[in-house]
Amino acid sequence: MNQKLNPNIVTIEPVTRLEGLAKITVLLNDEGNVKDAFYQVVELRGFERFVQGRPIEEVLRITPRICGVCPIPHHLAPAKAADRVYGVDPPKTAKLLREMLALGHIVHSHILHFYAFALPDFVLGEKKEPGTHNIIGIAKAFPDVAKAAIKARGDAQKIQAMIGAKATHPVTVIPGGISKGVTKEDTEKILEMSKNIVEFGKLGLKVFEDLVVKNKDQMDLINSDAYQMDTYYMSIVGPDNTLDFYNSQTVRVIDSKGKEFAKFEAEDYLDHLDEHVEPWTYLKFPYLKKVGWKGLVDGPDSGMYRVNALARLNVIDKITTPLAQEAMEIMYEGLGGKPAHHTLGFNWARLVEILYSGERMVELAEDPDFYGTKFREQLTKDMITGEGVGAIEAPRGTLYHHYKTDKEGKVTKANIIVATTNNNAAICLSVKKAAQEMIKNGQYNEDGLNKIEMAFRAYDPCLACATHAMVGQMPLKVEIYDSKKNKIRELTRKL
Amino acid sequence: MNKLKVAVALGATCAGCDVAILDLNEKILDVIEIVDFVFWPTAMDFKLEDLKALKDGEVDVGLYHGAIGTEEDEEIAKILRKKSKVVVAFGACANFGGIPSLTNMPYESKIFDVVYKESPSTSNPEGTVPLKETEVEGTKLTLPGIRKRADSLNSVIDVDYYVPGCPPMVPLIEQVVDILRVFVEKGTLPPKGAVIAGQDTLCKECGRTKPETISYTEFLSPQEVKEIDPDLCLLSQGILCLGPATRSGCGGLCTSMNVGCRGCLGPTDKVDDHGLKMISALTSLLDVEHEEEYTEEELDKLIEKIPDPLGTFYRFTYGVSMISKLHPDMEE
Repeated sequence: MNQKLNPNIVTIEPVTRLEGLAKITVLLNDEGNVKDAFYQVVELRGFERFVQGRPIEEVLRITPRICGVCPIPHHLAPAKAADRVYGVDPPKTAKLLREMLALGHIVHSHILHFYAFALPDFVLGEKKEPGTHNIIGIAKAFPDVAKAAIKARGDAQKIQAMIGAKATHPVTVIPGGISKGVTKEDTEKILEMSKNIVEFGKLGLKVFEDLVVKNKDQMDLINSDAYQMDTYYMSIVGPDNTLDFYNSQTVRVIDSKGKEFAKFEAEDYLDHLDEHVEPWTYLKFPYLKKVGWKGLVDGPDSGMYRVNALARLNVIDKITTPLAQEAMEIMYEGLGGKPAHHTLGFNWARLVEILYSGERMVELAEDPDFYGTKFREQLTKDMITGEGVGAIEAPRGTLYHHYKTDKEGKVTKANIIVATTNNNAAICLSVKKAAQEMIKNGQYNEDGLNKIEMAFRAYDPCLACATHAMVGQMPLKVEIYDSKKNKIRELTRKL
Repeated sequence: MNKLKVAVALGATCAGCDVAILDLNEKILDVIEIVDFVFWPTAMDFKLEDLKALKDGEVDVGLYHGAIGTEEDEEIAKILRKKSKVVVAFGACANFGGIPSLTNMPYESKIFDVVYKESPSTSNPEGTVPLKETEVEGTKLTLPGIRKRADSLNSVIDVDYYVPGCPPMVPLIEQVVDILRVFVEKGTLPPKGAVIAGQDTLCKECGRTKPETISYTEFLSPQEVKEIDPDLCLLSQGILCLGPATRSGCGGLCTSMNVGCRGCLGPTDKVDDHGLKMISALTSLLDVEHEEEYTEEELDKLIEKIPDPLGTFYRFTYGVSMISKLHPDMEE
């Protein structure tokens, strides 16, 4: 436990480490207002050391175990790096199948986050007892929506398993392609499930409109100062700055006014990104190198940037599929323009992305090359260049895997920047801003404290990923104490 | 009918085991009919105090996934044991240490140097590293220390049943649900120590054609093979596959996709050391073809051509391997 040297400290922390990977400490000044807040990640697993000495094609069978919630991005990003280690461009069929994996995964992950974790905060009211604010609570209150969500997520998992052998811990993607293609019959099944995901995507936006957008209290919360941040945004973009999760490696950064600040290829990421180390957390703080690290502050002079769903939509100019493009326009109208700085808007953006993923999955499955027979290149060791950077848009944002290998293709150095880590500084600041709103002159109440939870949950921080090591627990279980050490509130972060 | 009280606890895990349970999809609603989850921190908003508050033995079935990677993991495993009538090791990590136990190998580099000092994207001229205690504005902020090893669940508590796999495949989880149903209705359980998976080797269920003799002079990476015959045994095509040494139960998920097995279901009942079994299996397969032609030296050479034998043969079982006991723990 933190030492409470100063009576004006609110600590939000796990009583023990038994259930936690992170804790929050809020410091108050003499007037009882928030001076500072620390979001500490208390775990490190050191995956970069772990893969040294292993062949690159085996590494991409190991890295999915960084996270059981988002294993596909940790299979695909190192695969793209491995393609580059061999200097090879995979055949079109392989790219279509890999993109299907990526999008099936987005659907699974976004559904899990929105319906199981975010929606209870919005629609189930004040949490009174444990075991209620979860998917089972949603299933009781909205049985049809819950059933549709379970089915759509299940279909998304099935599609990934048909291509990747298993949705959790896929194995089929190899340097230069994929180990096996799909049949025409499988393709028809995938197409049908993808069409259902489009319908589910529409349903999700309708549910959000009815329960949140049309509810003034909910929209006031989304629009409140506690959840606004003035930061740069980063995302991979496709041609003409379109939404693209798998194919492109062009990274675009915009400033808080929406103006392009940088556009670069992922292999040049070291020219644009740096990571800062603080002694009080295991998680590093990436920032824009050309702006610089100014501490945990927002504004144009701070190199802090955000990734994840809303950041992606802020960075792109358009979505190539019609229904999602329309849904995005409605979203920005609702949020008062683009770019939007609403931390809680990330949830809305996720729903737009589920719809896009479904529409794009239909396009992929309708392409005759999807079940083509040329799905990999034969590679030889003399092709090895010795280095590769692979980047994709994971559900939680831009994911970089960078490997150096010897002439045999064995990894000598690995550097991984995961999506949640990109948001580390922003999460810290969001927590602080929410704390500033909730604690005024030493006064705070339970409802206000709940807002902190929503502030960091909106980023869907995946701490298993962030600590990318193998010795850790995911849930953030925190307890809040007042200055007299009385427990007044418990916060939970699941998955 | 009383519902079963089930607790799902976790250690060094990726949470893929939790997602595997959710992958029961609609059937999870059937599970909820016979089961009350009294603890499942990953998926539901319970806390450890809720588990501690239960009487000893009040939990009918305690599932544990993840390796034992920290003292806290060990402590929660012991609490689960105390509260549960039956404890199940769920997933490769709890069964054998799993991928986390690769960290038990000796490494030349130090983890803090790799992550905080040598990483090319890190700007750290001061050489700052996370500290167990930092004073910021008069407040001491603390971090827990990082551990060295990750071990199997049965290295710290008595385990009644084993469900291997990374993660356990849905048909295996359905078997667990069936066992729970019988437990609810009749109060009976399988014999202690049972492994809820197949009893043969993967080769028996893989479905690929095995030639009578398997011959190869070297192993190829999947990307190096010119064309993969979709029906023929992978080993006979020179693609390394741990099928001969690995327990059945997955139905050949990876092999059916032209991908060699890496042994996430662990070895069969009769085998203690997965990697040694695989090496001896390779040797005996080779002997069939070459009889007296292969000398031990030549065999060694073949094994040497495998670029990362430890990380391949012990991908999921390094934590319980004999070789891991031969080297001292590395200091961080």
